[in-house]
Amino acid sequence: MTGDLVWILVSAMLVNNFTLTLFLGLCPFFGVTSQVTTALRLGLANIFVLLLTAISAWFLNRYILPAAPFLRIISFIIVIASTVQVVEMAIKKASPVLFRALGIYLPLITTNCAILGLAIFQTNRGYGFLQGISFAIGAGLGLTLALTLMASIRVRVDRSNVPALARGMAIVLIIASSLSLAFMGFAGLGSSS
Amino acid sequence: MTLAHGATPPAGPPAGPPAVPPPPVPDAGTPSWRLLATLGGAGALAGLLLVTAWEWTTPTITANRARVEQAAVAEVLREPARVDTLYLENGALTRTPRGDAAKLERAYQGFDHAGVRVGVAIRGAEPGFSDVITVLIGFDPTTSQLLGMKVLGQKETPGLGDKIEKDSGFVGQFSEARAPLRAVKARGGQDPTEVATITGATISSRTVIRIINHAVERWQPLLTRFDREPGQ
Amino acid sequence: MSAVLPEVRVAPPPIAAPPSGDPPTMDDLLRGLWAENPVLVQMLGLCPTLAVTNSVANSLAMGIATLAVLVCSSFLVSSLKRFIPTEVRIASYVLIIATFVTLADMSLEAVVPNVHKALGAFIALIVVNCMILGRAEAFASKHGPARAVLDALGMGIGFSMVLILLGAIRELLGNGTLLGVRMFSMNFEPWVIMVLPPGGFLTLGLVLLAVAYARDRRTSGAAARRAA
Repeated sequence: MTGDLVWILVSAMLVNNFTLTLFLGLCPFFGVTSQVTTALRLGLANIFVLLLTAISAWFLNRYILPAAPFLRIISFIIVIASTVQVVEMAIKKASPVLFRALGIYLPLITTNCAILGLAIFQTNRGYGFLQGISFAIGAGLGLTLALTLMASIRVRVDRSNVPALARGMAIVLIIASSLSLAFMGFAGLGSSS
Repeated sequence: MTLAHGATPPAGPPAGPPAVPPPPVPDAGTPSWRLLATLGGAGALAGLLLVTAWEWTTPTITANRARVEQAAVAEVLREPARVDTLYLENGALTRTPRGDAAKLERAYQGFDHAGVRVGVAIRGAEPGFSDVITVLIGFDPTTSQLLGMKVLGQKETPGLGDKIEKDSGFVGQFSEARAPLRAVKARGGQDPTEVATITGATISSRTVIRIINHAVERWQPLLTRFDREPGQ
Repeated sequence: MSAVLPEVRVAPPPIAAPPSGDPPTMDDLLRGLWAENPVLVQMLGLCPTLAVTNSVANSLAMGIATLAVLVCSSFLVSSLKRFIPTEVRIASYVLIIATFVTLADMSLEAVVPNVHKALGAFIALIVVNCMILGRAEAFASKHGPARAVLDALGMGIGFSMVLILLGAIRELLGNGTLLGVRMFSMNFEPWVIMVLPPGGFLTLGLVLLAVAYARDRRTSGAAARRAA
């Protein structure tokens, strides 16, 4: 059971990294990675929302959706939107400093496919409560890692002499391709034989 | 946010009557009952559409899934004349579960024309090279003789790891092998417990072998106990 | 989310002409194909663009599903826009989109179970395809149903075209086939990497380069700097 939890975490973070192999959370990956600190903070905010989503999705799957499976997508998206809203208000009230640091990123998270992706993958794979938590932490750490790596590289790319045609998204996509290639090296981590 | 807030006044479709209020265009915004009514109306409409579509598609979807499952079971048990389903409930196998059968793990018993059991099909799943590999295994619980193996789900590297599903040389070995299996680079003699791994896909091949060993280890005692029980 | 302040709404005339007055034009349809292509120009909907384009068949299925959801939700948003108060419009749009996605998900599973299995969770993820909410908010909510549907058709076809292009490149190089038909001699060693995730990023990057080059040729230089 514990081995299972560790594998889920490692798999979501490295082997099947949400951003670099499942293409989830590409909007922030391409949009909010011009500065390292920003990327890191957004990643941390994401971990938090992912955790809350995993818990809510587990609750919905366990107690509500068996009666109405066709409401799955709708209820997930509504829960995510409300969670983000509530978290935003809670942070604003509790810690204005943290809100200034994170607040502006929170609304961005709602339309982040990584969050809905987590809820759906968790459901499809039939994860239990602890597995869901482990999955959310792994996915969040993986997202943070990808965002931070991308931001660190982009800071340097901005100062180098990129051919005019490739400036902007093209070079960023090619960098993402190399990063994704590097992450393929993690395959096999979970297999113990 | 409430979904299908049917209780609020006009939860009908696109809120026919309340469409009149727009003219008051004060800066204060729209009254909150109207916001709720809109969301409630949209929710009710969405719910209605979805329930209809669900009623309409579910029989097909269930039938499709059952057909795929049956085809796989027939394949690993080498086309038995009859198949019956056992459910694992509270640590024991039964033909007639008390709880919700859809949530229980299953084993399929295959019988030949004479009514003799040819084997049992079971599922196993474990992490492979990139993601979880799911396998259906046909075996005879009394002799541990394998009848067949079919990969139901895998996301291994195309061209290498995915050979565990497509390489007939690899898959074919499992119809003569006997559990517990051992992974070898190349089969030397006639030892039925040896299975040769695929070159370039050693981890994926070993995972399949391990899944089979674990699944047989887990289900064999359950099946033996089920066989001994009177009245089954 | 843009802060839309109390938009002064003049009570709309009974039902006659669409509020914005102007009739549908060919431009509504064509804009999405090239000039404002959702993927190549607006960089929207990248998640499905990269995730499912490892074969032409998958790209085609995803393109059609997205097109259907886009057209239906744009039509509904546009038809109902007078009844949806500004404050809850985003929530209502999301609700409408999620409903159509669920319908698409169920119909695909019932009609083509194999395709449904290949696309997996990415069908449900059409909900968070920013392109659809983007069109609802930016176009359908401001124009009549006819124009909204034309716009959605254009955008959806533009989106599908890019998906199919990427799918074709990746399947051809990564698997040596097109729609499952072998294209090269048996000696061709497939570039497996192309059907794997890095190939997705790389192919889109190269396609964007090619697009930038084409625009550059056309407008000699000015466009290339803007693309940056």
